[in-house]
Amino acid sequence: MNTGVLFLALRRMRAPLIVLIVIYAVSTLGLTLVPGVDAEGRPAPPMSFFHAFYFVSYTATTIGFGELPTAFSDAQRMWVTVSIYLSVVGWSYSIVSLLALVQDKGFQQVLLTSRFARRVGQLGEAFYIVCGCGETGLLIARALDHDGIRVVVVERSEARVQELELEDFSADILVLCADAAQPQHLLMAGLRHRSCRGVLAMTDDDAANLAIAIASRLINPRLRIVARVASPAIEANMMSFGTHYVVNHFEKFADYLAQAIHSPNWFRLVDLLTGLPGQEVPERHDPPAGDWVVCGYGRFGQAVVRNLGRQGINLTVIDPTPTLPAGVRHIVGQGTEAAPLRQAGVDSAVGIVAASDNDTNNLSIAMTAKEVNPDLFVVLRQNRVANQILFDAYDADFTMVPSRIVARECLALITSPLLARFLKLVRAWPETRAADLAGRLEALFGRRVPLVWGVRLNAADAPAVHRRLVLEQASLSLGRLRADPAARDEALPLLPLLLQRDGRDYPLPDDETIVAAGDEILFAGTRAAKTAQNLTLDHRTVLDYVLTGRDTPGWLWSWLSRAGRAAESRRNEPRRV
Amino acid sequence: MNLEKVVFGFFIVLAATLNFGFFIGDIDQPMHHHIYELFAAIVVNLIATVLKFGDRTQIGAVHLSTSLVADLQLVAAACVWAFAVHVGGEGMSPEVTTSVVSLSGGALFANVVSVVLLIAETVMLRR
Repeated sequence: MNTGVLFLALRRMRAPLIVLIVIYAVSTLGLTLVPGVDAEGRPAPPMSFFHAFYFVSYTATTIGFGELPTAFSDAQRMWVTVSIYLSVVGWSYSIVSLLALVQDKGFQQVLLTSRFARRVGQLGEAFYIVCGCGETGLLIARALDHDGIRVVVVERSEARVQELELEDFSADILVLCADAAQPQHLLMAGLRHRSCRGVLAMTDDDAANLAIAIASRLINPRLRIVARVASPAIEANMMSFGTHYVVNHFEKFADYLAQAIHSPNWFRLVDLLTGLPGQEVPERHDPPAGDWVVCGYGRFGQAVVRNLGRQGINLTVIDPTPTLPAGVRHIVGQGTEAAPLRQAGVDSAVGIVAASDNDTNNLSIAMTAKEVNPDLFVVLRQNRVANQILFDAYDADFTMVPSRIVARECLALITSPLLARFLKLVRAWPETRAADLAGRLEALFGRRVPLVWGVRLNAADAPAVHRRLVLEQASLSLGRLRADPAARDEALPLLPLLLQRDGRDYPLPDDETIVAAGDEILFAGTRAAKTAQNLTLDHRTVLDYVLTGRDTPGWLWSWLSRAGRAAESRRNEPRRV
Repeated sequence: MNLEKVVFGFFIVLAATLNFGFFIGDIDQPMHHHIYELFAAIVVNLIATVLKFGDRTQIGAVHLSTSLVADLQLVAAACVWAFAVHVGGEGMSPEVTTSVVSLSGGALFANVVSVVLLIAETVMLRR
């Protein structure tokens, strides 16, 4: 890429360079033709090429040693005057061109791009490519950065890129200002890089996301591809060529809402486990079962109707368009007015979904409906994060923020693929079991969202445990992985959620479970607990302590402590004076 | 007709012809090889080199490298001349003339390659 910059610079410098060469040539040639004068004032032959070139060289660069090798004749002085001005013009032209080149937007873009490509090439650790760094992309980038995963961002808008540079990331974030839908930009962002783990297509344009997903799938099938999408048709299209995960926030939220009505405790678990780690868990609001009113029949409204309908909930839709599919109970009108709301039966309904694509209208719907029926359960669709203040002020029972939903789905998928599996399992559980687990999680972590992570008991992720299990054929119970490496009788604040062995799932394994090499275990816990557990997994001495309660020092430490003790005893000997 | 191509072709051919003009003649006869012709050949060669800057194609790269070779050879010839005439003081003796002319002969070869490339490029374009 650097040669590209060089070539561009050379290309732009063609004209000034040629002008300089011509000026030098003309000046030198002139000096070899104009007759000179000797010390006695007699005419002398002109300068030779060698002397002429020497003179022009130092005059043109305005060094000016004087008239060398002998004093000039008047004819020579006349010519030199001309050539001095010529050379000044030539040099100024070159320098101005060079400065213009450096300031040129296109040239700077090439420089930035080549630096970006070089830095991506040098990345040695695993990274994800985030395409589109709007609200969603930024949430994901921040959370991944917080987890110590490198992020490469491709963002089209220059203003967003500049904002990103002001963000406080712990690792350097690599940003390319380009259209991610163009495959060459994805390649530059490291699509073929050996450390690239996945691509997240998070632009707000379904077509662009589709293009990114196809390009990534074709160029590097090994990658995990996650795409955000709003239209069901494009979602089906993406799934058809093997995108690993498509997040349709409308569908997802509608599904959650339906599940929350059907089994509130399952939804509580989802809230607890898939939130952004460390953030406060939203207050618990269980949506009631009964009649619901949906205002707006756009993509979100349709998703809500489909999902709630599947749970057998009675629904009435308010939408200004007169033609809606048969089978949907429909009132023509605006949800922002009281009359259509009453007509739709808000008085007797238990909940309302304000699902239009206009934030102001949604708030208006919610407030009007609350006036009619103060006991309503209000679900609000928030379209823009910028309106957060308004939605905070209103404090609805449920607020659907697309960027949040997409971000947390993607994060859960990247950081703990087991989690999606676990949540699917829990769906089939009876309510009481889910309630019990939610209670245990809340008791352990209070109001904070725990970190959820997976551990694979193999040589790379858990060397100490793997060594014990495989080489020494010793057994190990799961409870030992929960013990605090600083005080083995204390349990770390973490909870094993799922153990996966040979493709079979064992949810909520207890402490007596004997683990085997190759097991994958899903934990929920605090960040500190994860760090402490890593010590046990990685270090033989820590594992020994956790198992036996005895510190088996490493050779260096034992040598040091022996030396230390010897020195100590020497110092304590009574001195003879 | 593309004016840029005309200028490009003009300078490449002119570089070769000037070089040839200097080279032709008995190799050790100073009067057959005028120093002004060498000067002209150097200047035109330098301009041709600059014209070849910034072409990233394979053929563009070869073009540039042949030009650089020609420049190198001609500048070396000029240096030999300057040293012999002004520093060594032996003037344009047959030995010095031979060495200057043979260096320019090398440059001529590079220039011929350049011209051949130009022709090849044109022929390929026709197809």
